[in-house]
Amino acid sequence: MEAKLEQVLPKVESPKKRRMKEMSARFFQNKLAVAGGVFTLLLILMAVFAPMVAPFSPSHQDYAKFLQSPSASNIMGTDELGRDIFSRIIYGARVSIQAGIISVGIALLLGIPIGLFSGYYRGVLDEFVVMRFTDALLSFPPLVLALSLAAVLGAGLQNAMIAIGIIFTPNFIRLVRGEVLSQREREYVTAAKASGISDVKIMFRHIFPNCLPPILVQATLSIAAAIISEASLSYLGLGTQPPTPSWGAMLSMGQGYLKDAPWISLFPGLFIFLTVLSINLFGDGLRDALDPKLK
Amino acid sequence: MSLQLEKSQQQNLLEVQDLKKHFPVGDQGFFSKEKQVVKALDGITFSLKKGETLGIVGESGCGKSTMGRAILRLHEPSSGRIIYEGNDITQAPKKELRAHRKDLQIVFQDPYGSLNPRMTVGAMLSEIVETHKIVPKKDLYDYVCRLLVEVGLNEQYYHRFPHEFSGGQRQRVSIARALCTNPKLIVCDEAVSALDVSVQSQILNLLQRLKKEHQLTYLFISHDLSVVKHVSDRVAVMYLGKMVELADKKDLYDNPLHPYTRALLSAIPSTKEEKKRERVILTGDVPSPINVPSGCRFHTRCPLATDKCRTEEPAFNEVSENHFVACHFA
Repeated sequence: MEAKLEQVLPKVESPKKRRMKEMSARFFQNKLAVAGGVFTLLLILMAVFAPMVAPFSPSHQDYAKFLQSPSASNIMGTDELGRDIFSRIIYGARVSIQAGIISVGIALLLGIPIGLFSGYYRGVLDEFVVMRFTDALLSFPPLVLALSLAAVLGAGLQNAMIAIGIIFTPNFIRLVRGEVLSQREREYVTAAKASGISDVKIMFRHIFPNCLPPILVQATLSIAAAIISEASLSYLGLGTQPPTPSWGAMLSMGQGYLKDAPWISLFPGLFIFLTVLSINLFGDGLRDALDPKLK
Repeated sequence: MSLQLEKSQQQNLLEVQDLKKHFPVGDQGFFSKEKQVVKALDGITFSLKKGETLGIVGESGCGKSTMGRAILRLHEPSSGRIIYEGNDITQAPKKELRAHRKDLQIVFQDPYGSLNPRMTVGAMLSEIVETHKIVPKKDLYDYVCRLLVEVGLNEQYYHRFPHEFSGGQRQRVSIARALCTNPKLIVCDEAVSALDVSVQSQILNLLQRLKKEHQLTYLFISHDLSVVKHVSDRVAVMYLGKMVELADKKDLYDNPLHPYTRALLSAIPSTKEEKKRERVILTGDVPSPINVPSGCRFHTRCPLATDKCRTEEPAFNEVSENHFVACHFA
């Protein structure tokens, strides 16, 4: 629609740009959000250009220097097979970020439309099919469910992401549905109906943007949770297959050496923590910047 | 009968026959047998001529707004018929109904809640104009801007969000929204009640002007008797989901026949000392629309009530030309 509007605005080109400017100004005022965004961006760049950034190959084993503490040549130390932890973290970012974003993407893709339709139309389908189904999914411990899904689908990163996406879906369905239930009673929805606008347009163009803030927050939190879930699945052998490094797998590998070589677990853990934190800060800032009511 | 009906339907833009809207309330659990209903609308019959303004007054909770919304099928009517330009739209399927929505519009009471907070005014109006294909796409922007000018705003407001407007301006936007499909009937559901008095008169004047310019018909719902008197050609008084009196404005205000109408009119504050009417003070509250009183539904508060009123429901009769009353004493 925005694009269509653009076509019919021959004389004024500024208002939309002005709004974008205001939004970015608001975003850049929020220092924490900017910091989160910058760190996330750095991570993504690091993952993309891993071969250029990493000092060693992630699977290069040097038996002469296994379990070495951080030093000048291996700034984060080495693991039990003599692999450079720093290089493995850089390559592991690929897996972890991918897992976080894609599995949440799957959950959003499934959860938003189902939640919208179910909350908007209500009725038997909503009450007895969608809601009971989400209840059933939520009643399983998430990891057990992801485990069985991943086991059915087969081991591997792709299937792990699908499994994680599916276990996150009910949360989004419930969240979106709840928001829709409160928004659909608002008068602007009645007004849109009275204007003859179709249900699908009302759902996606009127109700959905008003439900966005909590969804954004939940999505950023879920990216963090997805990274950890992928780590758990990898630990159990159902996610990333060795020797491909992933932060979660590295974290769990290191637990046997926690006393003698804590850096093996410490650095992947630190990166998971920082990534999650910066994505959350970034998401919060984004949510605030997108709210037209804040000036 | 059919010839007569056809003739009357030609003049009547809208006819409402025995319209009812009952809302189920209370425990609708699986095992509870008794189903309670709120009888928000309990049989309303009237017609609306092209170009007139029918004012609807009544206390809060009497079903005014429900009626306005039921006519537009924003609430599905429980029974009765709504006939628009000779077509029964009571059961019209969704697609057909959406086409009718072009002609039947509504302005809501709350200028804060009825505009989408995340949509600019321009986007909102363009969407509706596009949906009904009112003008070709290339003229969309100009058309919407002209509309904004017409309701007393201007092109600058096109890219603004609702929160950037004042209450009166928002109501102008709501009116522009109602107007953008070239409707024939606009339901003004307490359209000015939420506004300051000075802004109220501006909006009322705007509505009057638009009515002339666009040959509109209004169903003007309000609890403010002086506002209704100002804008209406005919006035209907509602009580507990039913119409109790319907007459030309002058007739109704000068010669109210129903005791409830008399009580309402006597409550209008007046600045003229000599014109002060005798106050009719009603006691008690409006009975619950779940348990509507037997007989005449007003008998619990009526100063004239007799045994007949308690048992027999008065019909909505035409006692003099165009003056309908539901009272045994009229």
